[in-house]
Formats: sequence, structure tokens, C-alpha cells
Amino acid sequence: MSHPTRKLDITHGRIDMTHGSGGRAMAQLVDELFAPAFRNDYLAQGNDQAILPPPGGRLAIATDSHVISPLFFPGGDIGSLSVHGTVNDLAMGGATPLYLSAGFILEEGLPLADLKRIVDSMAAAARDAGVRIVTGDTKVVERGHGDGVYISTTGIGVVADGVQLCGSQAQPGDAILVSGTLGEHGMAVMSQRENLGFASPIVSDSAALHTLAAALMAASPGLRLMRDPTRGGLATTLNEIARQSGVGMQLQEDAIPLQPAVRAACEFLGLDPLYVANEGKLIAVCPAAEADAALAALRAHPLGRHAANIGQVVADPHHFVRVRTPFGGERLLDWLAGEMLPRIC
Amino acid sequence: MKYVDEFRRGDVARGLAARIAEAVQPGRHYRLMEFCGGHTHAIARYGLTGLLPAAVQLIHGPGCPVCVLPIGRIDSAIELALQHGAIVCSYGDCLRVPASNKLSLYKARALGGDVRMVYSTADALQIARDNPARQVVFFAIGFETTTPPTALALKAARAEGLRNFSVFCNHVLTPPAMQHLLAAGDAVQLDGFIGPSHVSTVIGSAPYQAVADAYAKPVVIAGFEPLDVLQSVLMLVERINRGEAGVATQFTRAVTTDGNATARAVVAETLVLRPTFEWRGLGQVPQSALAIHPDYADFDAELRFGLPYRHVPDHRACECAAILRGQKQPQDCKVFGIVCTPDNPLGSCMVSSEGACAAHYHYGRFTAPQEQPA
Repeated sequence: MSHPTRKLDITHGRIDMTHGSGGRAMAQLVDELFAPAFRNDYLAQGNDQAILPPPGGRLAIATDSHVISPLFFPGGDIGSLSVHGTVNDLAMGGATPLYLSAGFILEEGLPLADLKRIVDSMAAAARDAGVRIVTGDTKVVERGHGDGVYISTTGIGVVADGVQLCGSQAQPGDAILVSGTLGEHGMAVMSQRENLGFASPIVSDSAALHTLAAALMAASPGLRLMRDPTRGGLATTLNEIARQSGVGMQLQEDAIPLQPAVRAACEFLGLDPLYVANEGKLIAVCPAAEADAALAALRAHPLGRHAANIGQVVADPHHFVRVRTPFGGERLLDWLAGEMLPRIC
Repeated sequence: MKYVDEFRRGDVARGLAARIAEAVQPGRHYRLMEFCGGHTHAIARYGLTGLLPAAVQLIHGPGCPVCVLPIGRIDSAIELALQHGAIVCSYGDCLRVPASNKLSLYKARALGGDVRMVYSTADALQIARDNPARQVVFFAIGFETTTPPTALALKAARAEGLRNFSVFCNHVLTPPAMQHLLAAGDAVQLDGFIGPSHVSTVIGSAPYQAVADAYAKPVVIAGFEPLDVLQSVLMLVERINRGEAGVATQFTRAVTTDGNATARAVVAETLVLRPTFEWRGLGQVPQSALAIHPDYADFDAELRFGLPYRHVPDHRACECAAILRGQKQPQDCKVFGIVCTPDNPLGSCMVSSEGACAAHYHYGRFTAPQEQPA
């Protein structure tokens, strides 16, 4: 392909409308910035589509759009997040993630240095997770019509025979496990918001969960389901499962793992950490008889060291998720209503 | 978490609950109104009602700042954003309060209004500095707790000559509301008050004395932590047994008799009493709210934009008024949890987690077996 003779000025350059016009500038952006980072045989074919070999099992497909602000946060950035989000959606169904597609909506004015940092981080996250980014698309919108960059990824994975996980399979008596401390992603992002900025040691937990999920599946053959508690946090995810399975849940509040810094930050912002987003945690429901083995498997994995058994599935026609407080009282853990807003006094 | 966990210890709570159960006298009722939304939230969040004997009844009061804001005031804030094109800044909860025409400040944003959530008045001032060509209005709401920051913002705006900044002042006062509840002809029978927490750090405990004496009721100023609430219930039960009225403070780690003199002075300098103010649920309450002092009239959004006040009646099916007066419980309302939910609030009590209805919906509705399955 013929390009302008001068190379992209990654250090000082910015995205402009020509990068989305379909002309030479766009081809140069793809060739000099995206292709080297994501390099693989399918992408190298340079076609409008990637043609992939038969995967040898049932296909899983998941899609996720990422619109996070700020683009960079402690523990990650929109690039790594866009890989982890989709990989985890596949992994929660028991799939081994294989391929990703990536759509970029870039805002005019975005520094190329930022874009390169994001793309490199995305490539590293994909490499670490063992998935390949095999096809993509780039569009540019006028300044003021985007938030720097939006990334949409779609993932394809393969599910082994016999694996049958589903949100409708929780049964009364089952154990509810979480793979670690909650709320770190949401609070790490919130600590960086310009009107809020507070100093904290909280780092996003953003991570690919498929190897943790595989270890769990191996330890608990009767595993009912896995979910990653992203937006809306533990509370929302458990309510989704309760509704889907037609059951209730009974949790023990002091069993739910939380980092002291997350508790403290939530305390002064008037937020409940059980509603705060995670990007590297999973919730599992398994038969009570397999709970100890499942927990041991989670704890043996670096991403599951603080895993805990937090309660059990119960029969309840109202599908309530109830929490027993350390006080001996009981309360409801309800769906998140509206956007999570801090209380004022 | 230091200085927090100490006030949430389960063993201490159970000890206090046992002492309350012992102190309660047979055949006697203890109807205690927790004035503040912060108390309502703590009671629901920690399941405190379940720890108390049946004779102790907790009645939710009108102390949730967004709950008592009448619809007409929200309508005016929406008008500022949509008709006057101002940047309207307010605290989070306020954005979801239902107003006329199925609007809220949140929905006004979707219609193109520039409505911004701020964490403090300092954020609103910064928005005004950053947008010199735009009018920036701080929609000030809340009790005495949130009043000093508004007062400081007025002073800062005048000192800087921040001409594009103004305040739409809706601050309300606690003691007149307490007096109004006790004086009303349809007053609910109350035996005592769990008195305001953060409000009292500003105004002190003294301002409740007149009300407590006039109506011969005990008032115990209580912190917002669950053990604070339980200890205050015990103090109230003991006082009711002894027939003792007057003001006592449980929240001694933060409340003094006279409160915060610096905060009170800055409020007195920048704000003045309104002759009367409409509260949602309570109606017109004389001398119960603050307006901007004539010295600061240049920063008064009501004057700058000529905002007229219009009374707007609540939705007919909504029982917020009776709930805010302590006459009804959330589950007594026909639309509770059916038409009126936190996602689609009909009344203001369903908005903030400090509102009686939202607190019950979020934390306690499994105790109401008559409810429809979700």
C-alpha cells in the first residue's frame, strides 16, 4: 500500500478526521499503529474478514463496549479492560477464549501517544490471555462527540463437551462463592475522576479470568454457574442469578471479602461496595458438597487468593437476596436503582 | 476500619438490645421518631428494628433533605436549566426527585439541560470559573448541615466577583419542623425524638430545648452509626420511664450545646430567615427556611432569574405527606413497590436511600409478606 513518505508522529500527533476517511491516512494508522501491536496470521491477511479454522467444539460468542472515563486508571486502561471484559464474558460460560474483534471509535484530537499506549496495552492483555485480535474497525468522530476513544470487542471461544453452565441452574442448598475482594475496579476509577480525585492505594482488579474459571470447573464437576460481577457489583449480579434461577439467596455480610481501603473510600463517599464494579472477580454457585474443593481451587490460583464462601441459595418465591448483618439483623440486598449516586448528608 | 467498626460491633449491639428489652415496662408504648434520614438509613441498613422489643416503635420523620423539597422548587430548578440555559449544579440525590410533567433534573439533562452533580459547593464555584460565559446556579438544598458550605460559596463568589454564579437557596431548618409536627392538629402520638445528628454538630443541642420543654418530650441527639441509634433508644426508654423531658446528647463526640460558632456566624452573615416555606408533607411552615441575605442579593438566583414560586400538589395516590408526618408507614401506601419504586419514584420518599420508602424498599421489604413476588 502506498503511504505518505513521512511516518506517523506518534509522540506529538493527534487523531484528525482523515484517520477515519478510508484514505491513505487511515491505512497508515492501521499499518503503523494497530497491525504491529496486534500482529497475527489472520490479521496479516489484510482482508475485510478473518477466516478461522474450525474450533473443535461448541462456539461461545460475547460482545462488550467500553466507554470508560478516564481512559487510564490505576491497574489498567481502556485497552486492557476491553480485552478482559470480553474474555471474562466468554470464560463465565466455561469457554476457552480464542479470538477477538475490536472496533475503535476515536475522537478527533486524541493524542496518538495515548492511542498507542492503549493499543499496546490491549495487545499485551490479549497475549497474556492467549487470544488473538483477528479483525477490527476504526472510525473517527468530531471533537466533542466522543470521550477520547470507545472500544467495542467481540470474542469467540470454544466450550468443551459436557460443560453446561447457565444462570438458571442455582438450586436451594447450593453454596455461593466469590473469588476475592470486591469493589476495587469501581473505586480505582472513581478515585481518578476529576471532580472527585482522592489519593488512594486502590488498584483496579481488571484481569482475564479464564484460567481461574478452568481451575474452578476442574475442582467442581457439578458447578452450576459463574458470573463476573461488573457493573452493579455483587448485589446486581446475585439478583440477576436469583431471578434467572427462580430462587432466593442468604448471605453472611461478614464473610464478604473487602479491602480496608475500599471500605473506607465507600464509607466517605456514601457508597455500598457491594454495588461497585469489579473487572477481575467471579461469583460461582456450586453444590454445597463441592464448596470446599471449589474454594480450595480458587484460593490456589493467584487471582483467587481471597476467595470466600459468602452464603447459600434458598427457596424464595420473591427471589430476594438477603444479608445477615454482623448485628444479627437482616436486610435486603436489592437491585441497584438508577445510577449509583452518593448520599448527601 | 478504625473509628467506624467500633460503632458497628455486633456484640455491643446485642448487649444494648438486651438492656432495652429489660428497660421496657409492660403495658407501655415507646413511639420514637427518628428525625433524620441518616437514622432511617442506619435503622434499615443494619436491621435494627429486628433487635428491638415490640413496644418500641420507630417512626420515620421528615429529616430526609430531598424528601421534604416541594415539587414547585424542583420545577424551578428544571426551569433554570431548560428555559434559562443555566448550568444547574446540585448534590446527587436531588437529580432523581420527581417533578411536574414526569420530569426530574436527570430527565431534564436528557432534554438538553446542563445539569451537573457536584460533591461540594467548591465544585460549583469551579464550574462557574471555568465557564465565564455561562450562568451557573447552585441548587442548594438540605438542613443545617449543608448550609454552611452554601454560605461559604456565597462569600467566595462575592470576594472573587464571580458574576455568573448564583445560589437557588432551599435550605430548611430542623427545630421549626419538629415544633410543627408536635403542634399539628393531626399530630401522631410521639413519646420522644431521636434527634438530628450532623445538623446538631452545626447548631448545637440548645435549639431543641424550647420544643422539648413546650411539649414535654425527651429529645436525644444521636449519631448515625447503628450503636449510636441503639444507645439513644435506650436513653429515650429510660427517660420516658422516668417521665423526663428535655434535651440530652448521645452523640457527645461531635455535638456541643452551642454547636459550631464559626459555621453559625457565616450562615448568619449570608442567609436570612424566610417568613414561611413550603415543605413537602408538612405544608407551609413559618420561619423554617433560609433565603439569601439582602447583602448578597446579587448572587440570589430567585432574584436574578425572577423565579416565581408555584405550589404543585403531590400525585393523588402518593402517601409521602402522611409518611413524612409519621402518620403512615411506607407499606401503608397503595402504590409502594408497585407503581412507585426506586427506579420510577412517584414520591420523593422513594428517591434518596434516606427516604423512608426507599430505605424500606431497599433493605426491609422482605418483611412485608403481602407484597407481590418480583
